[in-house]
Amino acid sequence: MIPELGHFALALAVVIAAAQAILPLIGAHRRDAALMASAPALAFGQFLALALAFGALLWSSVVSDFSVYNIAENSQSVKPLLYKITGIWGDHEGSILLWCLILAICGALVGVFGRALPASVRARVIGVLGATSAGFVLFSLTVSNPFVRLWPPPLEGHGMNPLLEDPGLAFHPPILYAGYVGFAIPFAFALAALIEGRVDAAWGRWVRPWALAAWAFLTGGIALGSWWSYYVLGWGGYWFWDPVENASLLPWLAGTALVHSAIVVEKRDALKIWTVLLAIGTFSMSLCGTFLVRSGILNSVHAFANDPARGVFILVLLALVIGTALALFAWRAPSLLPTGIFAPLSREGALVLNNILLCSIAAVVFTGTTYPLFAQLLAGAQLSVGAPFFNATVLPLAIPLFAAMVVGPMLSWKRAALAPALMRLWWVALAALAIGLIASLRTDALPAFGFAASAWLIAGAFAEIVERARLFRVSLGASLARLAGIPLAAWGAAIAHAGMGITVAGIAGMAIADHRIVAIHPGETVELGGYRWTLEDLRDAPGPNYTARLADIRVTRNGQTIALMSPGRRSYPLQRTATTDTAIRTNLLRDLYAVLGEERDGKAVLRLHVNILAPWIWLGALVMAFGGGLSLVDRRLRIGAPVRRAAARAVSA
Amino acid sequence: MKRKHRRLAILLAAGLGLGSAAALTLFAFRDNLVFFVTPSDLATRARAGETVRLGGLVAAGSVAHATIDGQPAVRFRVTDGRSSVNVSYIGVLPDLFREGQGVVTLGSLTPDGSFVASEVLAKHDETYMPKEVVEALKKSGHWQPGNGPPPPAASWNNLPVTKNGG
Repeated sequence: MIPELGHFALALAVVIAAAQAILPLIGAHRRDAALMASAPALAFGQFLALALAFGALLWSSVVSDFSVYNIAENSQSVKPLLYKITGIWGDHEGSILLWCLILAICGALVGVFGRALPASVRARVIGVLGATSAGFVLFSLTVSNPFVRLWPPPLEGHGMNPLLEDPGLAFHPPILYAGYVGFAIPFAFALAALIEGRVDAAWGRWVRPWALAAWAFLTGGIALGSWWSYYVLGWGGYWFWDPVENASLLPWLAGTALVHSAIVVEKRDALKIWTVLLAIGTFSMSLCGTFLVRSGILNSVHAFANDPARGVFILVLLALVIGTALALFAWRAPSLLPTGIFAPLSREGALVLNNILLCSIAAVVFTGTTYPLFAQLLAGAQLSVGAPFFNATVLPLAIPLFAAMVVGPMLSWKRAALAPALMRLWWVALAALAIGLIASLRTDALPAFGFAASAWLIAGAFAEIVERARLFRVSLGASLARLAGIPLAAWGAAIAHAGMGITVAGIAGMAIADHRIVAIHPGETVELGGYRWTLEDLRDAPGPNYTARLADIRVTRNGQTIALMSPGRRSYPLQRTATTDTAIRTNLLRDLYAVLGEERDGKAVLRLHVNILAPWIWLGALVMAFGGGLSLVDRRLRIGAPVRRAAARAVSA
Repeated sequence: MKRKHRRLAILLAAGLGLGSAAALTLFAFRDNLVFFVTPSDLATRARAGETVRLGGLVAAGSVAHATIDGQPAVRFRVTDGRSSVNVSYIGVLPDLFREGQGVVTLGSLTPDGSFVASEVLAKHDETYMPKEVVEALKKSGHWQPGNGPPPPAASWNNLPVTKNGG
């Protein structure tokens, strides 16, 4: 009964979404206030219907209703409650439903927070979101239905892939999806502006908080995914440049460019057409990322053909959404008049450079990710593009980007001089040089350069705040007063830039990480990275739905015990699979990382790593997301008084 | 500065950015494309020292422990039913590495004709076969996926060589 209710709610959501797509758009076209006013209510209705559907699936999973095919395939009655809940988005159907639910939440949020928007803009934004939603909910209802019943119901479900039974991964999809889907709102604003035929500074102000929120979620989601692969897969790496990872990086790169170019629209009323295109491009990347990768087309052309109905539906849907948006852009963009003028050397110019570099990186990553697919389709060649390609192409483009990240904020709007900006950065350059030189004594050139870049970014972020406070140039009291007056958005930008520096330091640290593979008997000791690792015991440990083999390792330094670690291997009899249980001890400056391999002649094969600064990779990403969040709560960007004034101006214009 | 000049400057910058991205891509493609080879065409298609992905099945009974440069290592044979290659790998094997099952290894050919792997991938469940391995088996003529499931994996390296493959 409950799954049928969910099924019905899903069907209802399609109908409401269709109404949400049609009525407000007609209303905005005819300037019919009543029809336009229906938009928030419809968006809210669609959200309620999808929440009901999602709740029904949740209920079926929690009570282990194995007559639902989706639950029988992915759950089992002994599974812990947390994973019964999070297991919903562990498979294709459930994750698509979650995707739709988040899209509906986006529509409802625009309805709630968009009250200050002009009625026609709000109606059009919600209408576009409704049209997108209608397509994807229809996909869920027709070819990816999570409520399909199974008869007779099996007594026990197949259980979930044990790799996914992990708290880190449990919350990874909702955060990542909030990032992916969040870019639907800037996309809808872009289409609304194209239909409206007007983009102005107010538009930039409306779009930026949504783009920032989505960007912050995506940053957090990517970091969480990378952390998961670091500690669950046990390969000692944190980023493998595989298609799934690249698919999340592409919208992140485009979204980062969008967050920056929207500033230019807001402050200087320039770069408008480009920003609209970027908003469309970012969401298109998100769509391709979620659906093309989820369908497996990038990993394997064959996997895609396993379910032709799904594949064709998705391809047609993507073509419709992206194609319509681009056609609308081609048709209407020429009518958006450029207004703001700026010299190439200016804050705007630096932001343009940022956009060019970010888009170049995105283009390179896109080429590397899709090349194997085209090579196979066109030439029949089986090949792959690995990490060396991405390192060789992304690094050279990242260097000027890092340079611009620090110099850019020092330039003034409209027209700037480079020399004074560089003069103010002498101590930043000195700090970077000093760190780089110190590092080069102990490491190779490339990691040393990474540490220098990290110092440059972090010190550069400080320099921006120092510059705004006029520290050491006016009296301390005046500086403090200026410090208190710095807008939160500026703090957010500086913090996010510093976060990038922290991540770069972590990446450089991982480049000099040390590891060793040994085979030792219990009682034996090996040395690595100044630590003594003693294998104390090998033992069996039973778990709720698995059996584990654990190695107890004592790590000492100068005779003192630093850590007790127990890496292991688990085998899951029901799923007939095995996983690695990595043991990690961190002190935030380095990770001790141990993996247990197979056993031979009483000896255990161990892979031991000392990963310098590894936690900084994800810490930096969190700092970046925090910076984005801080910008978000800035008074200027909140739907408050200044926006209302801007909106009033836009309406009277 | 006039609007025209400003536009030109931006266009130039964008051209420079995309141009260098394209140049970097082409340059990196020269060295960093990793081709997939089967044990049968490893000798003809891969130069010694060139990084390739070698895929096939782990020959039954071929896995042996070894010690290379004082580090624990594994030696095994990868076969596509027609020919097989000796592979050595230093490190911890993935959890699902089994004799008779599909495996993809990343590494390079040594002058003596054996293969040194730097990565071994077998990260999927027991019934999954990497698509490259499926291709390799199809090429060697042992299995047409259209004709039902593959023969038991453990028997692969003993199957007679058929002529219709390749």
